[in-house]
Amino acid sequence: MKRERCGLRRWRVAAALAIWECILASPGDAAHAATPVFIGSKQFTESVVLGELATALVRASGGSAQHRSQLGGTQVLWQALLQGEIDLYPEYTGTLEQEILKGDGARGEAALRTALASHGVLMSRPLGFNDTYALGMKASRARALGIRSISDLRRHPELRFGFTNEFMDRADGWPGLRARYALPQADVRGLEHDLAYRGLDADTLDVTDLYSTDADIAYYHLQILEDDQHYFPVYDAVWLMRADLKARAPAAVTALTRLEGKSDAGAMAAMNARAKLQRVPEARVAADFLSATLGVTVGSQEPGRAERILHRTEEHLALVTVSLGAALCVALPLGIVAARRPRLGAVLLAGTGVLQTIPSLALLVFMIPFLGIGGPPAVAALFLYSLLPIVRNTHAGLTGIPAPLRESAEALGLSPRARLWHVELPLASPSILAGVKTSAVINVGTATLGAIIGAGGYGQPILTGIRLDNVALILEGAVPAALLAVAVQALFAGAERWVVPLGLRLTHRD
Amino acid sequence: MLSLRGVSKSFGQTQAVRNVDLAFAPRTTTVLIGASGCGKSTLLRLALGLVAPDQGSVELDGEGVDARSAPALRRRMGYVIQDGGLFPHLDARSNVGLMARHLRWEAERTEQRVLELSRLTRFPETALDRFPVQLSGGQRQRVGLMRALLLDPEVLLLDEPLAALDPLVRAELQDALREIFRALGKTVVLVTHDLAEAAFFGDRVVLLRDGRVEQSGTIRDLVQAPADEYVRRFVRAHRTFQVNGAGAGREA
Repeated sequence: MKRERCGLRRWRVAAALAIWECILASPGDAAHAATPVFIGSKQFTESVVLGELATALVRASGGSAQHRSQLGGTQVLWQALLQGEIDLYPEYTGTLEQEILKGDGARGEAALRTALASHGVLMSRPLGFNDTYALGMKASRARALGIRSISDLRRHPELRFGFTNEFMDRADGWPGLRARYALPQADVRGLEHDLAYRGLDADTLDVTDLYSTDADIAYYHLQILEDDQHYFPVYDAVWLMRADLKARAPAAVTALTRLEGKSDAGAMAAMNARAKLQRVPEARVAADFLSATLGVTVGSQEPGRAERILHRTEEHLALVTVSLGAALCVALPLGIVAARRPRLGAVLLAGTGVLQTIPSLALLVFMIPFLGIGGPPAVAALFLYSLLPIVRNTHAGLTGIPAPLRESAEALGLSPRARLWHVELPLASPSILAGVKTSAVINVGTATLGAIIGAGGYGQPILTGIRLDNVALILEGAVPAALLAVAVQALFAGAERWVVPLGLRLTHRD
Repeated sequence: MLSLRGVSKSFGQTQAVRNVDLAFAPRTTTVLIGASGCGKSTLLRLALGLVAPDQGSVELDGEGVDARSAPALRRRMGYVIQDGGLFPHLDARSNVGLMARHLRWEAERTEQRVLELSRLTRFPETALDRFPVQLSGGQRQRVGLMRALLLDPEVLLLDEPLAALDPLVRAELQDALREIFRALGKTVVLVTHDLAEAAFFGDRVVLLRDGRVEQSGTIRDLVQAPADEYVRRFVRAHRTFQVNGAGAGREA
C-alpha cells in the first residue's frame, strides 16, 4: 500500500517535471534519448566537487550524466534520492548514523547497508577520507586564550559562536555538543558556512563549525580544536545510490566504484582548495584529479559566460512567466470574488496574506515532497507568492470605485457581468495593473532563490558565488536579475498604455 | 405609473424613509424637496430597486420592483445624478451608447440615436469623442441626460442634477430640461433642495422631512397654505426666492 502511494507520487512528480522540461526544452535536447544518471550535490564545495567526480566517471564510462549541483541540505538530497529526482549523491557515514537513519540506530558500515537497503538505497565503500565536523577558531586567538580543545571553551563563556544552520539543528550538531561538553556560551548564531569564515577573519565571530577537509582552514590560519571527549562520529565519504540504478546503468555504477578508497583527506582538501581558493571550476578540478589518479580523461565542457547567462535567463524567465501567468489567472477571479462577497473576501485576503509570511526558503522546501526538486516546486512557490499583490489590488480597485458610479451602472440596467466587464474592471485597471507589476518585480527577485532547490535561473551563479566567495560570479547572477526587474517595470509602464483606458489616464481638459 | 406604497427604509440606526405613499402620474413632473438627509434621494433609489424597502412596495405600471424584476424595469426608467455620473473611462458617445452595446444594437442604429439625443440636449456633436474629464460640468450633465434617455424610458429620475453647476450654466440647463420634459412627455421625478428650482419645474412639489411627506401639492399650496410650521419655515428660509421672486409669490 505504501509502495503504491509512493509510485503515484513519483508519477505525479514525473508529470510535473515532464511539463517543465517541455517548457524549457530546446530543439537540441531531443537528441539525448537515453535518460541520464542524475547526480545531486549539497550546498558546499566538497559535495559539488564529489558530484563533478561522479558526473565525470559516469560520462567516462560512456553513460549520460547530469549534475544537479548544490541542491541544498541533507534532507533535500535524501528526499530527492528516495523520490528518484536524483539517482545518487555523495554522503557521509556520520550523517547517515546521526541524522538520516537516526531512528534505525544503525552503527557501522554493515548495519548502515542493511538499514539503507530497506529504503531501496545502496551505499558504496568509503571513498577514502573522513570529513568530520570540527570546531575551529583563529589560531592567533586560540593561542592568546590558551584554547586547544573543545573542553577549554568552558572557561570562556563570552566567546561568540557562529554555526551553519544545519549544524545548529542536527542532533549530532550543536545541541548534542553543548550537552556533552556543558558549554556555557549564549551568543550562538546560525549563518552560512562561507560567511562564518569571513566572520572569523573579521573578528566578529570567535568559533565556528568546520569540516576537517575544508580548504579554508589553512587559508584563514584556523586552529582545529581537539575533540577531547570524542563527540563527533566518523564521517567517511560514500556514494549513496538508488538500488534500481544498478539495473538501469550498470556501467555507471561500476565506474563509480573506481573512486572507492582512492581519495584521501589530503587529496580532498587539495581539491577543495583549488576549487575554492584558486577558483578553478569544480568540473576541471574533478577532471584533473581523475586523469592524475585513475588515468581517466574527461572532456570537460565549460560554457562561456555569454552562453551561461543566456541559459540562466531562459530558466529565470520560464520561472517568472509561468508562475506569474498562473497567479494572474487565479488571483484576478479571487480578487473579484473578494470584492463581491465581503465576508469571503476577508478570508481570502487573510489567506493570501498568510502565504506571504511563509519564509521563501521554507516554502521552497515544503514543496519538495509534493513536486520534487527543480522547476515545478519553484514555480509553485513563486505562484503562491504572486497571489497576494494581485488579489489585494484587484479587491482594492473594485471596492474603491465611487458608489455613485457603481449605482449608475446598475441603474442603467446592465447585468452584473456586463457591469464588471464594461465598467468595474476598466475602472479598477490601474490598481490591478499596479498589483501585477508588484508581483512581477517581487517574483523576479524571489526566483533567484529557486536555485537552492535546483530550479536554476540567476540564483545559480549567485549561490555558487557566495559559496566560492567569488564576487564576479555573484554579479553574474545579480546584475541580470536587477536588469530583468527594471525591464519588467518598463514593460508594465508600456502595458499601461493598452490596459488602462485613455479616459483614466487624462488628468485635465485638453 | 410609478408608485410607492407604504414604503419604509432604514440604514442601520437611521430611518431614511417612513411609510411613504406616493404615485407619479404619467407625463407630470414631480419635485421632491427637503433638507439634507430627508430621504429624497433614497426614494429615487428605492424606485430603481437599487435598495430594497424594509416595508411596503414599489410598482411600475402594476409590476413590483424587486431584485428579480429590477434589471428589466430599470430600462424603462432613466436615472441622472449630480455631475452626470459618467464613466470616466468611456468617451461621451460610449457613455451614452453603453446600454445599446449591451443590448447588441447595430452600430448605425446606436449612432442615429446618439445624434438625435445630442440635438435634443443641444450637446455639440464634435464633443462626443471627448472623455468626461475633457467636458465642462454642464456638458457632462447633458451627456448624463442623453444616457438616461437612450432607451426612451417612460420615467426620468433626476437626483440633484444641477447642484454642482454655476448659476448661469444652471439657468440655461434648467430651461433646456423643462423644454425636454414637456416635449417628450415623460413622467419626471426630480430631487432638489432648492425651492426656486422646484417652483420652476414642478407640476407638483413634495416636501419631505425626516423620511415623511410633510406636504404635497402645487408650489402655490406650499407658499400660500403651508400645512404646518415646518413648511412655513422651509419656504421662508429661501430668502433669495422671496426677494427676487416676490412678484411670483404675489402672482401665485
